[in-house]
Amino acid sequence: MSAAQDAPKTRNNQHIKTVIVALGMLPVLILLGIGFELLTGKFLSVSNLSIVTQQAAINVVLAAGMTFVILTGGIDLSVGAILASSAMGAIIVSLLPGMGLLGIPAGMALGLLFGLVNGALIAYLKLPPFIVTLGALTAVRGVARLMGEDTTVFNADLPFAAIGNGSLFGIPYLALIALAVILVSWFILRRTVLGTWIYAVGGNKEAARLTGIKVSLVLLFVYGMSGLMAGIGGVMSAARLYAANGLQLGQGYELDAIAAVILGGTSLVGGVGSIWGTLIGALIIAVLSNGLILTGVSDIWQFIIKGLVIIAAVALDRYRLSGGART
Amino acid sequence: MNQSTIASPSRDASNVQPLLEMRGISKTFGPVRALQDVSLTAFPGEVHALMGENGAGKSTMMKILSGAYTPDAGGEVLVNGKTVPSGNPKAAKEHGIAVIYQELSLAPNLTVAQNIFLGNERSSRGIVMRSAMREETQPILDQLGLSFGPDMLVERLSLGERQLVEIARALSAKARIIVMDEPTTSLSSRETEKLFEVIARLKSEGIAIIYISHRMEEIYRLSDRCSVLRDGSYVGTLERDELNAERLVAMMVGRDLSTFYTKEHKPQEGQREVVLSVEGMSDGVFVHDCSFDVHRGEVLGIAGLVGSGRTELARLIYGADPATAGRVRLNGVDVTPRSPAEALEHGIVYLTEDRKGLGLFLDMTISDNVNLCVIGQDAGTGGQRNFRRARERADQALKALGIKAPSASINVGALSGGNQQKVLLARLLEISPTVILLDEPTRGVDVGAKSEIYRLIDQLAQKGLAVVMISSELPEIIGVSDRVLVMREGTIAGEIQSENHRPISQEAIMALSVGRTDSAPAAQQAV
Repeated sequence: MSAAQDAPKTRNNQHIKTVIVALGMLPVLILLGIGFELLTGKFLSVSNLSIVTQQAAINVVLAAGMTFVILTGGIDLSVGAILASSAMGAIIVSLLPGMGLLGIPAGMALGLLFGLVNGALIAYLKLPPFIVTLGALTAVRGVARLMGEDTTVFNADLPFAAIGNGSLFGIPYLALIALAVILVSWFILRRTVLGTWIYAVGGNKEAARLTGIKVSLVLLFVYGMSGLMAGIGGVMSAARLYAANGLQLGQGYELDAIAAVILGGTSLVGGVGSIWGTLIGALIIAVLSNGLILTGVSDIWQFIIKGLVIIAAVALDRYRLSGGART
Repeated sequence: MNQSTIASPSRDASNVQPLLEMRGISKTFGPVRALQDVSLTAFPGEVHALMGENGAGKSTMMKILSGAYTPDAGGEVLVNGKTVPSGNPKAAKEHGIAVIYQELSLAPNLTVAQNIFLGNERSSRGIVMRSAMREETQPILDQLGLSFGPDMLVERLSLGERQLVEIARALSAKARIIVMDEPTTSLSSRETEKLFEVIARLKSEGIAIIYISHRMEEIYRLSDRCSVLRDGSYVGTLERDELNAERLVAMMVGRDLSTFYTKEHKPQEGQREVVLSVEGMSDGVFVHDCSFDVHRGEVLGIAGLVGSGRTELARLIYGADPATAGRVRLNGVDVTPRSPAEALEHGIVYLTEDRKGLGLFLDMTISDNVNLCVIGQDAGTGGQRNFRRARERADQALKALGIKAPSASINVGALSGGNQQKVLLARLLEISPTVILLDEPTRGVDVGAKSEIYRLIDQLAQKGLAVVMISSELPEIIGVSDRVLVMREGTIAGEIQSENHRPISQEAIMALSVGRTDSAPAAQQAV
């Protein structure tokens, strides 16, 4: 093609494209909100919106970690299982007399540890992320069950229960944590050298290596980050429920997180995407769940509709890539 | 250029009717005018070369010919005096027009015969008649002088052979006009020779060939006429005996390029200070025991055939691949890098031959691409990016290297090949290297940008860098280097130095590359 002649046209197209990509799914989120309000009349009430943010919070945190991983072109299927383990760890440590608050760092540390193991296997043994985290999904789930001897652990007197149920000026702590996670993620991705390296590794791994970027360290970081986020999610979940169950907690959460990231416009191939998109993606999923319940759609149909939304999102991803984000 | 000549004056301009006429072709895309009133004719048995910088409109012209685009009103395509309906690929095909694209369109898992009849299978009541297709294929392969049979799986053919299969496919569809768009880009010199042989055969059968290429030597060797496009307009046509490099280049860039190659740097002949010293480098497969020195302010060319181990050697020096033996010394100190990161720390940089695959990050901005190696050293507390510094560096690079871009914040993927290459070079120069390894620095770059890259290389040598340049284009190697190493089968076959300011001869390089001592027959192997 004649680059010179087509430049203005391409630039114009690219401008439109940039706007579309930047706005991403925000219009969809707004339309969904308006639609559910029209259908139910109570969706946009303050109390319901507070519930929506609370419901969205854990998925936002998991999806933030997932964004780092997917930006490098990887995937982390183990976050649901890691969340369960971390929640178990947080509750068990919180039962230690006088040191209950240590449950928070304990849960986070456990998540980070599992994430780093994933990262080490992927970065240094060069195993495919899909396989490693698929294995971890099962193995860490087993660990979570083992920790509570396959029972539910409770702490009715949880010292950090406020995290899960309290609020500041009417905004749930869970939502504030999620927002903080998003801001920190944005800072890392857009304001630090590490963030630029993450995009570079996702954009072209071999070129990144030839540019002197320590690709293994970047991979170790992103999986560690994803694990840490799952750990935070575990603590949030434990705080909300005063309890954890190794078998049931966090089942299928990895899929919601991946769906949120993809809905947010992050390319599964890596190198393209933003944390704000992920936030919007996670909110869409939460709005969809909440709105479908409010409108009285049966549980079964909720599954079907959510599933179709994920497929539509991937279709969108394909369209965007073929539509010439690259030239 | 004393190349063997295939050209035959098969055309008597006055009384032979042109096989192909494109008349008054214009094409606009929205507000952009890609072609303006361009005409082109081709006679039977003629190779008509089409040249122009990237973006001059060659591809648009060929897309109109193949029916992929519809020309603006007033333009028409005639074959044998009959108008071809525009914007209709099928009609173009029926009129005998075939285009061999750069990206080949064969199915590697099928046989040669199956590919030739792909989408056009001979069948009887819905059952494919394999034997009929095989029988029809064989004479075409014979006609082209190809050594493989119709049952050969395409995946077992080399790139060059696949291209010949494409030509066979065109012939089986009774093509009379064949367009070849940079056909030799990924061919070895032997395959190129084979292609040229086939072109000669096609000529003798009265087929007209439109040949698009950036390589002057091919144009000299093959073309009967050469037309030049610039910025979507027709500049002129040179007859075979009028062809010369300066004139063609001047026509293409629209200005006088009397100094196409710049060589103002002076390698210090008295006090030759060795900067880079490579000793016994091997990787056990492609590179065997290569040793050489590069001096301060010197441009060392590395020539050799494709596959002779040049890229592999450069990657070993850069630490990109593991070496089984060998050392790299920098100013006498052993710095043998085990990774690109280590090489960069010592000021050794490598420009990859595969700009898009291994060099650039197409989804990232020009600024990020330029800064990628230095964002670590520019960073503030906690690894915070210093965007102001990055911006300064990028703007400076745009200016210093003459990169044509509206701003440094657009994606590098939107730039032309030449500008992309300069962005990649800018990245390497940001770390202020002492040794720069350039692998095919002007591949896929148009003539104007080539000359600018040569000037840049000259400036780097003047600043005292040790420059190593790998290139498959002999005139480039000769025009830019002070000294040339020739590689053959993973070893350094020899070194050629320019004596008394006489240019290094292409024949000498080719003789070493192919392993012959007498230069006369080897000269004809030149690509």
